[in-house]
Amino acid sequence: MSGHVFHPGHEELHGVTVVVDGASGRTYVGRYHERGPRGVVMHDVGVHDPATAGSDRGSWLARVLKFGVPPEHKHLIVPEAEAGSISRLADLADLAG
Amino acid sequence: MPYDPRLVAPMREEMTRMGARELTTVADVDAVLGDAKGTTLLFINSVCGCAAGNARPALAAALRHDVRPQQVVTVFAGQDLEATARARQFVSDYQPSSPSMALLRDGEVVHFIHRHQIEGRGPQAVAADLVAAFDKYCTETTV
Repeated sequence: MSGHVFHPGHEELHGVTVVVDGASGRTYVGRYHERGPRGVVMHDVGVHDPATAGSDRGSWLARVLKFGVPPEHKHLIVPEAEAGSISRLADLADLAG
Repeated sequence: MPYDPRLVAPMREEMTRMGARELTTVADVDAVLGDAKGTTLLFINSVCGCAAGNARPALAAALRHDVRPQQVVTVFAGQDLEATARARQFVSDYQPSSPSMALLRDGEVVHFIHRHQIEGRGPQAVAADLVAAFDKYCTETTV
């Protein structure tokens, strides 16, 4: 059963934990589902909002890398106007030190 | 909603073939993790083919290393719901994800591999991380 995929036919990032940079300055981390007209659909999402967070984005991401993604939203759509670049969380691993 | 048990049976068998003990009830989890001594590898299994399809062979490869945990146990996320929830209480500093792996020594998490550290990586790369942790934290060779 190794390598068996239950969700064939999706985008390359489908099911991958990603970081979405928001135009508002918010950062969204969660499992990517798809990007469509409504925006980026994600699952089990943690959000860093610089207006309310107790730590800066880098510190927050470092904590996410070490302890995992806080699943604040089971499902979340980041509107297309808000959604900026998308990268794999694992690619930010150097933040964890 | 859990998948059809027949569909996930091969994923369970892949774990037990490598010597992992399945914990399917809260009582099972408490019996193993409740007063754990020595080193224990907890594998949180998943139906996700992208990540779990690499995580299981990664663990199998790592367990062929001379140094390894004294026991290897597994719960199945999305299948054995109560057992998985209970197991996660023993690694509660870490956010839930599946698949994931926790290496515990005397009940304390000393190494954790999240799903995002498995995605997109081959089994050998993940196995190398595990072997490094085994070398660092495990002194026994019995599984």
